[in-house]
Amino acid sequence: MGDINIQANYEQEVKEVTYPGIEGGLTRRQFIKTAGLIAGAALTEGVLVTTTPKIAAPAIIKGTKLHLLQWSNFVPPADDEIRRQAAEWGKQMGVEVTIETINANDLQARIASAIESGTGPDIVQMLHNWPYLYASGCVDVDDVAEKVEKMYGGFYKQIRDVSFVEGRYKAVPYHIVGAAMTYREDWFKEVGAEKFPDNWDEYRKVGKMLKDKGHPFGQTFGHTFGDAPAFAYPYLWSFGGKEVEEDGKTVALDSKETLQAVEFIVALWKDVFDETGLSWDDTSNNRAFLSEQISCTLNGASIYFVAKKQYPELAKRINHAVMPAGPAGRFHYHVTFEHAIMKYSNNVEAAKEFILFLMDKPNFYKWFEIAEGYSVAPGPDHENHPLWQKDPRMLAFKDIGKLGKAIGYPAPPTRSASEALSKYIIVDVFARAIQGESPKKAIEWGASELRNVYKS
Amino acid sequence: MKPNVKSVENQVEQVSDYADSKLTSVEYVGPAVKEMGEKKRGKLKSGYLERENILAYVLVAPAVIILVLFIAYPFVLGVWLSLTDKTVGHEGHFVGLQNFRNILKSQIFLQTVQNTFVYTGVATVLKLVFGLALALVLNRHFKFKRLVRASMLLPWIIPTVLSTLAWLWMFDATFSVFNWILVHLGILKRGLVWLGDPHLAMVSVIIVNAWRGIPFFAISLLAGLQTISPDLYEAADIDGAGSFAKFWHITLPMLMPVLLVVLIFSVIVTFADFQVVYVLTRGGPSNSTHLFATLAYQVALASGRLGEGAAISLFMFPFLLLVIIVQLWYIRREQ
Repeated sequence: MGDINIQANYEQEVKEVTYPGIEGGLTRRQFIKTAGLIAGAALTEGVLVTTTPKIAAPAIIKGTKLHLLQWSNFVPPADDEIRRQAAEWGKQMGVEVTIETINANDLQARIASAIESGTGPDIVQMLHNWPYLYASGCVDVDDVAEKVEKMYGGFYKQIRDVSFVEGRYKAVPYHIVGAAMTYREDWFKEVGAEKFPDNWDEYRKVGKMLKDKGHPFGQTFGHTFGDAPAFAYPYLWSFGGKEVEEDGKTVALDSKETLQAVEFIVALWKDVFDETGLSWDDTSNNRAFLSEQISCTLNGASIYFVAKKQYPELAKRINHAVMPAGPAGRFHYHVTFEHAIMKYSNNVEAAKEFILFLMDKPNFYKWFEIAEGYSVAPGPDHENHPLWQKDPRMLAFKDIGKLGKAIGYPAPPTRSASEALSKYIIVDVFARAIQGESPKKAIEWGASELRNVYKS
Repeated sequence: MKPNVKSVENQVEQVSDYADSKLTSVEYVGPAVKEMGEKKRGKLKSGYLERENILAYVLVAPAVIILVLFIAYPFVLGVWLSLTDKTVGHEGHFVGLQNFRNILKSQIFLQTVQNTFVYTGVATVLKLVFGLALALVLNRHFKFKRLVRASMLLPWIIPTVLSTLAWLWMFDATFSVFNWILVHLGILKRGLVWLGDPHLAMVSVIIVNAWRGIPFFAISLLAGLQTISPDLYEAADIDGAGSFAKFWHITLPMLMPVLLVVLIFSVIVTFADFQVVYVLTRGGPSNSTHLFATLAYQVALASGRLGEGAAISLFMFPFLLLVIIVQLWYIRREQ
């Protein structure tokens, strides 16, 4: 009851702001800001804002069409919410909005053909460092990105680095699907690990005990876009290894730090990991974990979500943790999502308005709550969100965005870094050593392939 | 004897009368058509369509336009792209053979070349042997012959991506049905890592490609088998030939033209295969199953280097050209 009253008050307040605002010459942007503040205030009081204020559409975009292409979210209700918000905004603005969702693996082919043919969706959702790859086909969106940056208390470094291409924002940071160590708390406790191992040596020690008991850790080193690089890159960085120097040109893989990392992975493979991992794709570890074959794997929160729905008893035994630290520190690589407006679009203004609408805190947090923290905001603002108080098992994801680095680190996430990623060179250095090639040779192979990639 | 000759003469006369009447009628129609043609010619102010050499080009034009638009243009564009440093969204500049030099330096590419030949060679031999065997079996008479023949085509009809997804599940590391059977029959202690071991992964993709291609071989060869006259086999039976002799001296030589065309067609398609590998392994583990097409896709689309991707796929060209030359040469020799 109390909630409903507050809700009603809020709506009234909004109405009071709306009409004088527009008549009194308040710009839409100022208005959204005000509404955002009110909404933010309402949120801190624990109220979920479900309606967005009605405002008049800028005349230029009325009657136009807008097409957004994005991946099919692994949390389907989140896509439904985007569609709902799009319909709501479209109705208010008099814009016909189409939300198209396709498999994440097919996005790049669509983007490439759209840019080359100069026709296609107005807004494209980018992943990883794609804004770098397609910068020449994207509109500068500094104005929008800077507003969003302020709203969310800055951007996390990884998502900022991939969106900010040579001095301009080529995409607006949208959200981050955090990857965390998903592990079986009960089994860990059985071997005396009250907490998740803090460094790789402890990780190996606990893992060995668990593998001996028939509960190995699971990790893929196959050619799969999410889990394989999400482990291989930060693992390498944590030993101080890197593919290239800061200049983004000099290949630096061949180092004693890399050698240490590769030698250690061979030992881990034997002592700790499930040996079927070389063939896994992004869903295999989910299945292996849910069928109680493995005791730990690096993943988004999807394993836990499925368990909560289908195997509630198992869910109670799952917890999440950040990756162990290596000699050079603790790192993560997350899948980041960005909104880019394409140059060929003849509706850039509407596209900017729509992105701002989706990023408007009440809307974004509504969506964030529906996805239950599977995706986090592009900046630390969400860390204070009440959602994190709800489920302590999700806490590891709260500020995991801070640990993320972009591929190519410490160099900028250039096209070459992308090519190295798409050719799975770093992943394969580890895979080759695991398959029996000497670590030195595997690194030599990787360095020579990287030189080929970074030559231009 | 005489009346007979008479009647034959009569008949001949009758026939020639009939022929005459036909001829007259043709003569009668002839001028009419001519006249109509002249009238039309008058209207069109040209008689080009009347001339065979021009009409031929007109009739062939739609096919040529389609070939130029959908085959020749992309091909020429592909050749051009391979000589430039084109990336998505950027103008390409001519760089000569730089792309080719670069990819030849890459061990991933060299491994891909090797993979492609192994994949094509082994899969084609498997398809040929099993396809031929299946065709020979299906060529016999048995109950539900039509139903069996039709259902055999299923693997070939189902969209490749769908059937390959089913195979992906059967090769799954945790839930492989093959492993379940092997372990439960006591043949193995623990399951095989089908797609995780470089050699097994290659075996797996080859199995799927062969499974999919066998029906094409079988049905084409079956059609070929049915054109062989039964008289030949009867004659061979009379001469006391055994079944192997009949196969070797009748079936195989008579089937050769069909067999070669099917074989060459299959080699081309297998060499340029994409879907099976893309769905099952994406070229992994450690590039042990990459084919030209999957590597070209990865380089051109995932990292946006269209020029280099085009160069990779163009490496297929000399080999495919050779295959096509052999095919044309063979067809000519037959004629």
